[in-house]
Amino acid sequence: MDKGSNQSRNGSAKKTDEIRRIEPDLKVNLCGIILDNPVIAASGPFGYGHEYRALTNFEALGGIIVKGVSLEPWTGNPPPRLAETASGLLNAIGLHNPGLDQFLEKDLPLLRDAGPRLIVNVVGCSINEYSRVASHLDGVEGIDGLEINISCPNVKAGGMAFGTDPEATYQAVSAVRRRTKLPLLIKLSPNVTDICVIARAAEEAGADGISLINTLAGMLIDVGQKKPLLGNTFGGLSGPAIMPVALKMVWQVAGTVKVPVLGMGGINSAEDALQFIMAGARAVAVGTGFFYDPELPVKINAGLTEYMKTNGISNLGRIEGIARS
Amino acid sequence: MWLLKTKKGPEYQTEDCPVIDKQVVASGYCRVALHAPVIARKVDPGQFVQIFMPPEHRDHMLPRPFSIFGANRKNGELVILLEIKGRGTDLLAGTGPGSSWKLLGPLGTGFPALSPASLLVAGGMGIAPLAFLAASAAVPCTLIYGARTAGQLICPQSDLNRPGLSLLETTEDGSRGEKGTAVDLLSRLIADAGTVFACGPRPMLAAVNNLCRRAGIEAWVSVEERMACGVGACLGCAVATGSGYKRACRDGPVFRAEEVILDG
Repeated sequence: MDKGSNQSRNGSAKKTDEIRRIEPDLKVNLCGIILDNPVIAASGPFGYGHEYRALTNFEALGGIIVKGVSLEPWTGNPPPRLAETASGLLNAIGLHNPGLDQFLEKDLPLLRDAGPRLIVNVVGCSINEYSRVASHLDGVEGIDGLEINISCPNVKAGGMAFGTDPEATYQAVSAVRRRTKLPLLIKLSPNVTDICVIARAAEEAGADGISLINTLAGMLIDVGQKKPLLGNTFGGLSGPAIMPVALKMVWQVAGTVKVPVLGMGGINSAEDALQFIMAGARAVAVGTGFFYDPELPVKINAGLTEYMKTNGISNLGRIEGIARS
Repeated sequence: MWLLKTKKGPEYQTEDCPVIDKQVVASGYCRVALHAPVIARKVDPGQFVQIFMPPEHRDHMLPRPFSIFGANRKNGELVILLEIKGRGTDLLAGTGPGSSWKLLGPLGTGFPALSPASLLVAGGMGIAPLAFLAASAAVPCTLIYGARTAGQLICPQSDLNRPGLSLLETTEDGSRGEKGTAVDLLSRLIADAGTVFACGPRPMLAAVNNLCRRAGIEAWVSVEERMACGVGACLGCAVATGSGYKRACRDGPVFRAEEVILDG
């Protein structure tokens, strides 16, 4: 970690002992959702959160974005759904989920008092379906915001179809916007020619924040079987392998929209998180990282705190987008 | 409320476990004993652990799932059989006593208790959970242990030499035990079987299921799938069943044979 650069940027007037006295405040305001710290569990790997209760210190999570919820249960894709790649993971789960009713009945009660702010990832096959889920969740106790998933590469209908065309993005987001007062994050796909065009369309349609990136489309072939490895043929790549791609897109989008950005994609250390924040992200999300270290959020928070102390930074707003200036 | 279905404490957790012994039992196969007092105390036959890659090998993202081969509640010893299949297992096999592995467990739904006249059918590495099941049994049972050739019957004899356990070995080339497959032998013994418990390659499990269904005998199988979280969150380890996709890591890895779609 380059601990020197910010010190010199802040000037050398402050003495080290004065800097050390600063008690860093990790709180951030992500489009009206106040997070105790900027580390969020990304939608997908973390399930509905309760599965990780015995493994992850929830105090180290500012928020949890639960796995995608659709109006009716979705069965998901045929196995195999997973393959490890070089510093990455290829998956094609296919938004397998128990549907809205079971989420509200079984999963939400286990999460409501868990501590972190709760954001529900919403998926659908049609604008009507996104809208109905959003409408049902509006005003439900314990839900702090929605993340509209218009970017999943692993379902044939819906999903990414809405997130790769600015007009379709605008239509979907404005329809959902009319049905909920909850803060609305729109999750974007990296599988586009110009992500800024999509981000702008989402903002114009009433998004309160942009979250990115979803996984990069990819595939593998099982040479022995002479067939695609994944049951769905194509999947989405996540993990440290995609971090520089994600960082570049966060940089681009943060320079395009005025609403806050939630950055994600292969984050696996405090230094990675700092890079996203310096590129312009308000908060960061961890996904695949939970698989190799369920305590990653604790380590990221400790690293952020240490960095802020060392560099005399009282709050993360001071360094948000600082690499752009 | 987080302590789902537990007797004491969380049902699974991470534990740093010193490697106490590693034996190469055949070329490419190791028997590894770990000091894992928390997991060893709780684990039931058929359950598994996830083993995390060493921190310096974080470029391999996923923990690797292993059936529990043995557990000693008194001294906290946990034993697995490891087959070197790729880079991850190669890295683990390259360490030994003096190193420590981070484990997550015990995970999954294991076997029901053995009833009298139970018949256990293991193909290849499928021996691991069934040897543990046999060792934990309160009643005598029979274990059919099959492989293509003698060199692939890698389980140490000392782990199978137990009072009350009748061991019947088969090899397809006749190099050890009976000539033929484990399923061939099962088909001759099935008339006297109570319940059948099987673990091995998918085609073997499908054949076991077909035999048991025809004979009207209850059968349980332990299945293997590619896995990520191990705790039921990510839904990566889907197993096709008559009632939709289920999770190998949480609903399984042990299922009623008739429930799983084993053919195809």
